[in-house]
Amino acid sequence: MRLLFGSSALAMGVVLGAGTALAVDLTVVSWGGAYTASQQKAYHDPYMAENPDVKIINDDSAAEGLAKLRAQVESGNVTWDLVDMVASDAITACDEGLIEEIDPDAMLAAAPDGTPASKDFFAGTLTPGGTNCFVPQIVYSTTFGYRTDAFEGEQPSTIADVFDLEKFPGRRALEKKPIGNLEWALIADGVSGDQVYEVLGTPEGVDRAFAKLDTIKDSVVWWTKGAQPPQLLADGEVAIASAYNGRLFSAIAEKNQPIAMLWDWQVFDLDGWVIPKGTPNKDAVLKYLMFATDTQRLADQAKFISYGPARYSSGPLVGKHADLGIDMKPHMPTNEANAKTILNFDYVWWADHRAELDERFNAWLAK
Amino acid sequence: MAHELTTADGVPLRISLERALLRSRIRAALLVVPLMAFLLFAFILPIFDMLYRSVENSIVAQVLPETVVVLRDWDETGDALPDETVFETAVADIQAAFKAKTLGRLARRLNYEKPGMASLLRKSGRRSLRITEAPWSEQLIKIDRKWGDINLWRLIKRESDHVTESYFLAAVDMRLDDLGAVSWQPENRQIYLQLFWKTVWMSGLITILCLLLGYPVAFLLATLPLRTSNLLMVLVLLPFWTSLLVRTTSWIALLQHEGVLNDLMVVVGLISDDGRLQMIHNKIGTFVAMTHILLPFMILPLYSVMKTIPPSYMRAARSLGATPFTAFVRVYLPNTVSGIGAGSILVFILSIGYYITPALVGGRTGTFISNFIASHVSVTLNWGLAAALGVILLALVLALYLLYDRIVGIDNMKLG
Amino acid sequence: MPDAQEALVAFEGVQKTYDGRQLVVRDLNLDIARGEFLTMLGPSGSGKTTCLMMLAGFETPTHGRILLKGTELNRVPPHRRGIGMVFQNYALFPHMTVYENLAFPLEVRGMSRAEIETKVARALDMVRLPVFGGRRPAQLSGGQQQRVAVARALVFEPDLVLMDEPLGALDKNLREEMQYEIKHIHESLGVTVVYVTHDQSEALTMSNRIAVFDDGVIQQLATPDVLYEKPENAFVAQFIGENNRLTARVKELDGSFCTVELEDGQKVRALSVNVSGAGEITTLSLRPERVVIGPGQDFADNRISGRVEELIYLGDHIRARLTVAGNDSFIVKVANAHDHVRLSQGSEVPLGWASEDCRALDAGVGNAAPA
Repeated sequence: MRLLFGSSALAMGVVLGAGTALAVDLTVVSWGGAYTASQQKAYHDPYMAENPDVKIINDDSAAEGLAKLRAQVESGNVTWDLVDMVASDAITACDEGLIEEIDPDAMLAAAPDGTPASKDFFAGTLTPGGTNCFVPQIVYSTTFGYRTDAFEGEQPSTIADVFDLEKFPGRRALEKKPIGNLEWALIADGVSGDQVYEVLGTPEGVDRAFAKLDTIKDSVVWWTKGAQPPQLLADGEVAIASAYNGRLFSAIAEKNQPIAMLWDWQVFDLDGWVIPKGTPNKDAVLKYLMFATDTQRLADQAKFISYGPARYSSGPLVGKHADLGIDMKPHMPTNEANAKTILNFDYVWWADHRAELDERFNAWLAK
Repeated sequence: MAHELTTADGVPLRISLERALLRSRIRAALLVVPLMAFLLFAFILPIFDMLYRSVENSIVAQVLPETVVVLRDWDETGDALPDETVFETAVADIQAAFKAKTLGRLARRLNYEKPGMASLLRKSGRRSLRITEAPWSEQLIKIDRKWGDINLWRLIKRESDHVTESYFLAAVDMRLDDLGAVSWQPENRQIYLQLFWKTVWMSGLITILCLLLGYPVAFLLATLPLRTSNLLMVLVLLPFWTSLLVRTTSWIALLQHEGVLNDLMVVVGLISDDGRLQMIHNKIGTFVAMTHILLPFMILPLYSVMKTIPPSYMRAARSLGATPFTAFVRVYLPNTVSGIGAGSILVFILSIGYYITPALVGGRTGTFISNFIASHVSVTLNWGLAAALGVILLALVLALYLLYDRIVGIDNMKLG
Repeated sequence: MPDAQEALVAFEGVQKTYDGRQLVVRDLNLDIARGEFLTMLGPSGSGKTTCLMMLAGFETPTHGRILLKGTELNRVPPHRRGIGMVFQNYALFPHMTVYENLAFPLEVRGMSRAEIETKVARALDMVRLPVFGGRRPAQLSGGQQQRVAVARALVFEPDLVLMDEPLGALDKNLREEMQYEIKHIHESLGVTVVYVTHDQSEALTMSNRIAVFDDGVIQQLATPDVLYEKPENAFVAQFIGENNRLTARVKELDGSFCTVELEDGQKVRALSVNVSGAGEITTLSLRPERVVIGPGQDFADNRISGRVEELIYLGDHIRARLTVAGNDSFIVKVANAHDHVRLSQGSEVPLGWASEDCRALDAGVGNAAPA
């Protein structure tokens, strides 16, 4: 009897020991708050349930992701395994050689109908700016919200209305950077959406954009953090604000603020995963990535936050909000009714002109 | 003959003494080793790293190693493009860099100097693979005609050194023009000089505000009975126990357009509903929030100095015939100079480096140079420019520090 | 002498309270004559410093008036009183040189530069520091700082100078030296000085008159010799000089004398100073140097015995501690003369004193009637 107990305890020990040896901690860096929560529910929890040997640790420092990533890679002390980044940062990181290249068809799951990943992700989203280090999760948009009690009669519905202080008096909130604002200024000034970057490529075009911004400059509150514009709207500080669509959805649907969406020339941007170069857990990360970016998982995330999955095959699977039970499709930036007019970021153009226009924008602000 | 003194066991006295002293010196040194090591790694090395990054420029020579060498023979002052050898070498370098994935970094670096370089190099990388034989220049220019621009080659030659002054020039709104001469940035891109100036004068004003508000409080603290002053001290320190973001956000709630203060003034009838005052998201917001946050740093050194001034000084001055005002100006005030100096330097230096609060409440006019340093560190990843701005800021602080030493004397500073 | 002259300062029924419950100064009536050196002496908390501060103008009386040259001072701010003051820790301004310190009161009075120079030089000469004008207070010794403080309080030629325990921080030798120096300055200038101290020997050395404070009240106001030799109550007797106290019960009043019974039943005669009737408890006050031990006490009309407890050799005299009538700290000074009595510890010795030297005073604090 004693012998039997002893040997089974030993066997247990061996099994446990083996378990610990295989166990791996993955440090996943994301934006924190509701966004990380949606990833936790849609990706992390189911993955950990299937793979008990993997433990996913959230790190909420994506806002300084690029700088910290560079510091880690340069010092050779990489502690992050997977980082959530917007596409423009991923372009920089890829240029700098800070992140691993991605071979979509080898590393990512195909659609349920067999379409390879390279064809199933929205066209061009795997290679923003000609780089190949980025796996998109969601399409988010920077669009407008307005206070429903701010205007009598006609409500604002176009970009031109945002810039029209006479017809729609009241203060505006815009993000404190040139990207997006210059494009909108030109569209409001009559440039057609598909020619924005062409016009902006000329000195006259830039002057024109700033001249249009001049017309509302005194009425603008400039925001720097995503949480600010919904708050400014809720406080009645501004009448119209540009904001990330998910933040506006949260203020409208979850907090019942008197705010409505204005879907005109929303600026599409991508948010997705990148793998730091030199992560010690590359195999484990790739395995997780394959799971977390498959068709069902991307569709699942939309239950918790109103950002659109970046795969064609995920669209039809988007269902109802997990808590509120409302259908999420009409709140997706990719929904047809919302996406009648879309401005796609030209990453390449901005990579060329960012530094220059940042300076010009800030000089303009300070005047 | 001089006889050398020895200890009881025959060791010369002098050597024995040296040994004993050495031991105590080593012991003393060991005590400060942890702190010195900490300072070295956490303070001195990062500063040198920053100094180095502000001029570091090895990327061009790294990515285009051969091109840089053959370009040395090219006369950039003439108006002829480099010869065919240079183009041949450049194509080979670009192909190699594309394969080694280093072209992207070069693209970003050169784009700081000349907008458009980023897309040019990225585009040229893949397409250059098709070029396998002469004519090199013609084919490269066919990929993008910018390769036929002589200024592009001048730029590459100029930036092939391992150190560059361009970050520092950019940090003071200057640049090198196509011919390599120093010139101002176009006026609509000039921003940093003005920001340095704004940072300095706003920090100065914040320091003065802190002094004006803090001096009477510190005086009260120093003269009240201990029990009352302890309670007041808690009130002074209370902000330290509250998160910076919470305090800043509270100011927003108080001062904003539809905020408490404006509401109150409308209700009282001081202003009309349309005439609400803009008190946040501009310089006023920065002044108010920063003064509030930095006030304790002024009060504490002032308090510690005032605490040491015996009340008999003022009484003596009064008894000698001085009015309360004269007694204050000629006797009390001069004795608090060390506290004023310490508090002011502390507040000024902290203020000059603050960026979270100005970012949140400063709007478009109330932001500081530190906001831009932070943005170049974490958003644009232009660490060279961030370092150059940081070095200038550091130099500015040191200069003011020396000025203070000249005028007041650093020995006179009392921190607590 | 003081009463004959015009009073420079007068306290009239002055009362002071800080908390509204307890009087720090109870009912002060005091005239200080021009040219007088008056010392307020008393333990800490006795109200003496408060009186000085009221006179200087840093405290206001709760009730009563203070007059300077016949003018009521109550509402005159300190800087218009024209009273010089020397503080406990000198209160020299550390950021000014000695010269600047001395020039300060003259400058605020708007004097010309030349006038200031003459006066400062004269003041520095007076305190024998003529070459120290360029130094900072921190570069001076304690005694030098003290002299500068005195000079500063006098340089603007006030009629009245207040000194608040000015020698407290000095060591013993320096203190004595400074006592004489201040006394000489007082004499040569003829300035009126009000001096506060808790050191009775300092008070005895320097003063024309001493006001002994206790519990917010002047216990006795008199010249030093009167205060020492004829204390009017137990507190003054105890506070000034060395004093032997014996508790006794009054048996019989007999003109200016009385007969009292000591605790051990012995009866002695004493000068009745502060007793009103038989049966009362009294404290007998007796200076150690007025007690004689051994034979040769022919003049002494009181003779009792005591036991020698301790002998301390002090060179010029021997200090003997005895137990007398239950008091085991009865001190007698035996002069180390040619023929003095040889005492040995534990022996019973006869001792005596003259009745006039033994003063029957009030029962005193802590000397309540034995049950």
